[in-house]
Amino acid sequence: MLLNQFLLLAAALFCIGVYGVLARKNGMLVLMSVELILNAVNINLVAFGALTDDVGGAVFALFTIAVAAAEVGIGLAIVLLMYRNRRSIDLSQADMLKG
Amino acid sequence: MSALLAAASTDSDLYVAQNIFFGVIATTMIWAAIRVVTTSNVVHAALWLVLVLGGVAVQFLFLGAEFVAVTQVLIYIGAVIVLFLFGVMLTRASMGDDETVAGEKRLMAAVTGVLLFAVMAVALIDSFEDVRVVIDEPQSTALVSDSIFSQYIVPFEAVSVLLLAALIGAIVVARRD
Repeated sequence: MLLNQFLLLAAALFCIGVYGVLARKNGMLVLMSVELILNAVNINLVAFGALTDDVGGAVFALFTIAVAAAEVGIGLAIVLLMYRNRRSIDLSQADMLKG
Repeated sequence: MSALLAAASTDSDLYVAQNIFFGVIATTMIWAAIRVVTTSNVVHAALWLVLVLGGVAVQFLFLGAEFVAVTQVLIYIGAVIVLFLFGVMLTRASMGDDETVAGEKRLMAAVTGVLLFAVMAVALIDSFEDVRVVIDEPQSTALVSDSIFSQYIVPFEAVSVLLLAALIGAIVVARRD
């Protein structure tokens, strides 16, 4: 199979994730878009690992999955705290530091 | 799985069956990913995300990374999605209220995404024009674990500490006091 078909799929997922992060206001949906981006990176890591016949790609994909789990935990805690404080998780309203 | 991959690679270099399945799954994944970022219902977005994550697991299987595929299903579909659904439940006021995005912001985000994809696609097609990835047999889990616990032991320990820190941090941040 061509390497490029995996890389292009990952690039498409990455760009859809970037669109989600930029366009969405809901904190939960921004976190889901970040998951899309991380998964695109994982596909790339495993694809290059398969290309070079090296197990390092899979190992670092596993590390990325662990980091993503930690990120979701912290991210959800922040979103919950924001909801508790202002009864809304609209990120465009979180602009108290804006000059 | 390994017999299947071996038979396919000796018969021909075209991998017809794999390519058809790849096309079907990739199309489904991209459609589901677009639904994740466009649907206004947060629960539906989480369920579309399941489809994308499952598709990513199948791509890992195509690439012969069995253990990563199983971990993907366990951690993402099993744990992360449940976490998301709990988050949606606890912030219930936000159910399906994401239609307030300004048209201009959405347009600029779409332009950014499309431009980024164009740049990436040109660079990828230019660099890896017809590089083929040959998967004779799946990477064995023993090989992966040997590698983690010898060559990559330091990053592994760092990730362990990071997970612990994230766990404690999440409790501290979300705690009612």
